[in-house]
Amino acid sequence: MEKDRKEGIRGMANPGRYGIERVAYWLMRITGLGLLFYFIGHIYETSSLLDGKAAWNSMLELTQTTEGHIFLTLVIGMCVFHTGNGIRLMIAQSGFGFGKPRRPDYPYTPSSLNMKNKLCIYVSIGLAALAMMYGLGVMYDV
Amino acid sequence: MTKGGALPKGFESPSDLGSQEKYEEVKPSSKTMTLRISKFNPDKDHAPTFLEFPVSYEKWTTVLDAILEAKNYHDHSIGVRYSCRQAMCGSCGMNINGKPRLACFTKISELDSDVVTVEPMNNFPLIRDLVVGFERMFSTHKRIKPYIIREDSEISSGTKEFLQTPEDVEKYIQFSSCIKCGLCNSACPTMAADSTFIGPQGLAQAYRYIADNRDQGKDERLKIIDERHGIWGCHFAGSCSQVCPKGVDPAMGIQLLRGYLLGYRK
Repeated sequence: MEKDRKEGIRGMANPGRYGIERVAYWLMRITGLGLLFYFIGHIYETSSLLDGKAAWNSMLELTQTTEGHIFLTLVIGMCVFHTGNGIRLMIAQSGFGFGKPRRPDYPYTPSSLNMKNKLCIYVSIGLAALAMMYGLGVMYDV
Repeated sequence: MTKGGALPKGFESPSDLGSQEKYEEVKPSSKTMTLRISKFNPDKDHAPTFLEFPVSYEKWTTVLDAILEAKNYHDHSIGVRYSCRQAMCGSCGMNINGKPRLACFTKISELDSDVVTVEPMNNFPLIRDLVVGFERMFSTHKRIKPYIIREDSEISSGTKEFLQTPEDVEKYIQFSSCIKCGLCNSACPTMAADSTFIGPQGLAQAYRYIADNRDQGKDERLKIIDERHGIWGCHFAGSCSQVCPKGVDPAMGIQLLRGYLLGYRK
């Protein structure tokens, strides 16, 4: 009898053990799911228009609370990171930005995990943080 | 040798030159760490247990050395697979402190930890203790046809060997270093959730043969990998390349392979 050692969803835990690329993979999944939930919520929110102006205004008031501001700030961050990292992935997954294959020499630094890719991940995270700060500033009239 | 038994100039031994070569004395480090080995026999046990052994090590002691010391002097029943002890055979892949590595290629000193935990690799069926089954990986490897496909042959009469320029060889040589140790498949997050995914090992090997200009089986192989559980299952987490002990860089091979399917490469 053999027991399958499938890591399953636990494989998503502790992404840092495989470097920033795995962290980006993890963030991409989390932000993707977050945006999907936001999209569903957004459809529900805008559908309140069908119930008239009062219903729409009461729905909008929900976003004018502290919790609402935190939620929208998170949405801004998720959106910016997902876009930035998504562009990096589209370029990389088309086979661009790695250079050419070459004879492996110890200590075997993989070209696919090069500085260009790492930099794009850091820039995506940085842009998301900036956008969140800007969003907070707008929402709180700073 | 010159007349009189004297060595020619330049071939004198250090003592002949009157100088003494000084060798640095190697002192044992006398460090001790705790080796935690996962023990689990699916035929008998319900859950894995960890055995702990105190193991002394030097700066050159590998994790495999430590496991074998525990097996030889503490518990003969520890199940471990190994062969070459020099990162050539790909037998001793296992999770070492949570990350897939070759036990013979990982020094305890580089782990920078007083406790070293060894477990069987993830995403493979467990046979016993640290030994996992490779049947699925090998069958996937066979599925992508890991050989040169051509109508003619190098050994047919009237033909010579198929010549390649050094530039032609550079296109695939990196990917031919694969030792089928399975570390990439163990680290892959898609493999963790999708049992039918071809995996980084198989996909990188598909690229190795497609990029070989002697091969004519590109269309056959692209047909095999062009599916949800094939190349499109890769989300470029890069963990496969991170753990590869031979510098194969499967993530790069997979992304380059996509170029053929997207029409960027011919």
